[in-house]
Amino acid sequence: MSDEYDNNKSYQAQSSEVMDGSTGSVNPDIDYVRPSEIGEQELYHPHSFIEKWVFCQDAKVIGVQYFLTAVFTGVVGLILSWLMRLQLGFPELAGFMTAEHYYQFVTMHGMIMVVYFLTALFLGGFGNYLIPLMVGARDMVFPYVNMLSFWMFFVAVAVLMASFFVPGGPTGAGWTLYPPQTILEGTPGAGMGILLMLISLSLFVIGFTMGGLNYMITILQARTRGMTLMRMPLTVWGIFTATVLAMLAFPALLVSAIMMTLDKVLQTSFFMPTILKAGEVLEYGGGSPILFQHLFWFFGHPEVYIVALPAFGIVSDLISVHARKNIFGYRMMVWAIVGIGALSFFVWAHHMYVSGMNPWFGFFFATTTLIIAVPTAMKVYNWILTLWRGNIRINVVMLWCLGFIVTFVNGGITGIFLGNVSVDVPLSDTYFVIAHFHMVMGIAPLMVIMGAVYHWFPLVAGKMLDEGLGKWHFWITFLGAYSIYFPMHYLGFIGVPRRYFEMYDSPYMTSAVGMNEFISIAAFIVGAAQFILIFNIIKTLKTGKKAEQNPWKANSLEWYTSTVPPEHGNFGDRLPVVHRWPYDFSVPGAKEDYIPQTTAPSEVIHTEVEKT
Amino acid sequence: MHAGIIFLLVIIGSILFHIFTPWYWTDIASNWKGMDDTITLTFWVGGGVFVAVCLFMIYCVFRYQHKEGRRAEYKPEDKKLEKILTWATTLGVAALLAPGLIIWNQYVNVPKNAIEVDVMAWQWGWQYRLPGKDGKLGTTQVRNIADNNPFGINPDDPFGKDDIMVESDVINLENNRPVKILLRSVDVLHNWYVPQFRAKMDAVPGTVTFYWFEPNKVGEYEVLCAEYCGVGHYAMRGGVEVQDKADYEAWLGEQETFEQLSARYEKLNVDGNKLAKK
Repeated sequence: MSDEYDNNKSYQAQSSEVMDGSTGSVNPDIDYVRPSEIGEQELYHPHSFIEKWVFCQDAKVIGVQYFLTAVFTGVVGLILSWLMRLQLGFPELAGFMTAEHYYQFVTMHGMIMVVYFLTALFLGGFGNYLIPLMVGARDMVFPYVNMLSFWMFFVAVAVLMASFFVPGGPTGAGWTLYPPQTILEGTPGAGMGILLMLISLSLFVIGFTMGGLNYMITILQARTRGMTLMRMPLTVWGIFTATVLAMLAFPALLVSAIMMTLDKVLQTSFFMPTILKAGEVLEYGGGSPILFQHLFWFFGHPEVYIVALPAFGIVSDLISVHARKNIFGYRMMVWAIVGIGALSFFVWAHHMYVSGMNPWFGFFFATTTLIIAVPTAMKVYNWILTLWRGNIRINVVMLWCLGFIVTFVNGGITGIFLGNVSVDVPLSDTYFVIAHFHMVMGIAPLMVIMGAVYHWFPLVAGKMLDEGLGKWHFWITFLGAYSIYFPMHYLGFIGVPRRYFEMYDSPYMTSAVGMNEFISIAAFIVGAAQFILIFNIIKTLKTGKKAEQNPWKANSLEWYTSTVPPEHGNFGDRLPVVHRWPYDFSVPGAKEDYIPQTTAPSEVIHTEVEKT
Repeated sequence: MHAGIIFLLVIIGSILFHIFTPWYWTDIASNWKGMDDTITLTFWVGGGVFVAVCLFMIYCVFRYQHKEGRRAEYKPEDKKLEKILTWATTLGVAALLAPGLIIWNQYVNVPKNAIEVDVMAWQWGWQYRLPGKDGKLGTTQVRNIADNNPFGINPDDPFGKDDIMVESDVINLENNRPVKILLRSVDVLHNWYVPQFRAKMDAVPGTVTFYWFEPNKVGEYEVLCAEYCGVGHYAMRGGVEVQDKADYEAWLGEQETFEQLSARYEKLNVDGNKLAKK
C-alpha cells in the first residue's frame, strides 16, 4: 500500500501543476505510469465448442455460467416461497401440504437464497465477469482452477436438488440446521436429506475457495499499469472484501458440516448431549448444541456481508455513473467496506442472544453490532450525497438504486432493533426478524442485482434491455416487495413466532389473517413480475436495439474493451493504462461530462481534477 | 418526476401505516416495559433517520433530474461534513445502545426473591416443577427419567423429595412476584415464550438456561414454542395462569410432591403385582 500511496501523492502534485500552469508549458512527465513488473499472462484459447462454452476457462463465460446456475436455483427458491405463502395466506387451498412439506420448503428456500443464489450470483457471477475487466486484466490468474470452481458449484447444486428426490425428502431443519433436531427423527429429511445438504454445502465451500483465491489474487496481483488500489471501482472493493470474508468464514461452515456429518453417520457427539427420545436414551452424550450455533454464525454473520458488500460496491458505481457525479467520499467508502468486513467477524453471537449462551456475552455483542451501524450509515449518507447536486438520469438502473436505498435503510434501521440485545428479546424468533432480514439482505441486494443486470447487459450481450418493460419490472417488484415486508414487522410486534405451519385459533394470528392474505397475494405478484425480466432478456436478444460501446458514458475499464461484448483476453493487443480513478464525472473544464480512466492527464489539461 | 412522487407516497404510506396500524403490541403483562420503551425510542430515532434519508433522496430526484448540458457538482470529498455525520451517527447509536444495555443488565440479574420454576420441554410439550418447602429444587439427570420420575430427579437428593410436580402443560404463577424460569430440554432446542411477558430464552438439552420476569396482570396466557424444534413445533403450546396470592396458594396446595408421586406409583406397582399374583 505504501508505495501506491506515494504514487497517488505525486499525481496529485502534478495535477495541481496542471491547474496552475494551464496556460504554461506541459510537464513532460505528467503521463508517466510505472512500467509493468511482470510479463503478460498467456491465455489458453479454446479449441472446440465444449472448451468454449462448457469447460471454459474464460472468466466471462464462467461468470455467465455461475449467473445462470444461480438464477436457476433462485427460481426454485422463488417457487418454494410461493408454496409457503400459499400455506400461510390461504391454507384451505394448500390441502396437499403437510407440516413436513412446509418445513422442507422453508429450509430449502432459505439455504438456496442465501448461499446458492445470492452468494454465487454476486461473487461467482458478477465477480468473475467484472473483476478482470475492471482491473484491466486479461483473465483471472488461475483460469483452470476458476473453471473447476464453477463445476464444483454445479455439482453442489445438483446434489442439493437431488435431495428433493430421496426417500424422506430434503431436510426440513430450518436453514440454520440447528442440532440436535436436524439429525433426529421428528425433523423431516433427517436421513438422506440432511446428508445431501451437508455434502452439498461442503462441495460449495470447496468450489468457492477455488474461485475466491482467483478473485483475491487477480485483484492483488493482476491489476493493469496505473490501477492502484485506491483507483479501483468500488464494485471491485466490495467483491474483494467479501471474498476475503468468505475465505475466512466458510471454513467454519465446512467444519460444522463435517462434524455434523460425523454425528449423523458415526454417532459421534460433537453437538449432541444426552438425549431422551420416545422413552429411550440415545447413544449420544457430552456434546454442545450451542457450539454448533457459534460455528454456524461465525460463518453466518460474515455471510450477510458477503452478500451485502458486493451490493454496496456495485450500487455505488451505478449511482455515480447515472447521477453523472463522482462518488462522494471515495476513501471513506473504501474504508467503510473494509471496516464493515473486519467488524463482521465480531458480531456473530447477536444471532444468539436468547440461545442460552452465557448471557454476559450480550453486552459485548450488542456493542460491536451497534458500532457496525456507523460505517454502514456513512455509506448511506455518501450514496445520497452523491445524488445531491448531481445530474440524475431517472432510468431503470437508477430506479433500482433508489429502491435499494429505501429498502436498505429500512432494513438497516430494524437491524438496530434486533442488534440491541434487550430489544431483541421480545422480537427474536418472530416475524419481525423475517421482515428485517428479507428487507436488508433479500430485497435490497436483489435491487442491486437487478440494477446491475440492466446496467451491464449491454456489455455482456451487446444489446440494450427494453426500458419500458424494465420500469414495469421495477415498480411491481419494489412496491410489491415493500408491501410484503413492511407490514410484516407488525406481525412480529403482535408476537407471531416464525416457522409456524399454522396458528390454530391463537389470538396472535386471528387478528392478522387479513394481513397474511394480503402479504401472500403480494408475494405471488412480485414473484410473477420477475418473469418480465426473463421475457425482456429473450425479447432483447432477439430483436433488441444494438448497444453502442459504453452506452452509459461510464469511466471504468470494462466499457473500454477492444470489442463489445469483450472477447477472450478482453483488451485486444495492448492492456489499458490507467491514469485516474473511475469517478471523474462532470469535471470542471472537461469537454464531456466524463473522463475515462484511460485518459492521460495531458489529454485533459484544462480540467480541474482534484483526485487522480 | 413520477418516480419521485411514487417514492414520496411510499414514505407517507409507511408513516400512516405506522400511525393507524391495528396490529401492534399485545398488552404487556410483565415488568419488561423497558423493552417496549426502548423499542419506541428506537422507532422515533430510527424512523426519523429513515424518513429523513428517504425525503432527502426524493428531494434530490426532483431537484437534480438530468438536464442536457447541465453539469453535476465536482466535489470528491468534504472532510468536515463527513466528520459531522460520523459523530452525529455515533452519538445516536450510543443513545440507543445505552438503554438497551441497562435493561439487559436487569435481564441477566435475577432478583433474590424470585421463585424458581423448572420448565421441562420435549418434542412436543411442556411440564413444570416447583421447589417444595425447602425452597430448593432437587438435582436431576436425563437417565433417571421414567414414568414415576418425569424430571429425572436424583432419588438420593434430599432436596428433591418435596419438589412440587405440576402434571399439566399449564403453570400457575403468583401475580407481582418475580419468577426465575429454569429451562431444560430432554431432546432438542425449545423456547418457552409468552408474548405478553416479552421475555424468552432457549431450552437447550444438556444444560439449564434461565430468564426472569414478574407477571403483573392476572389472567390466562398462551405459551408458544419460539425455537424451531421439528415438525410439531407449531403445535407445541402450553399455558400460564397468573393468579392473586390467595388463589395461587390454593392451587399450590392441590399439587403433588415428588415423594407423593413416587408413593402413588409404588402403590400402583404393588397393586398391580397383587393383581398379577391373584
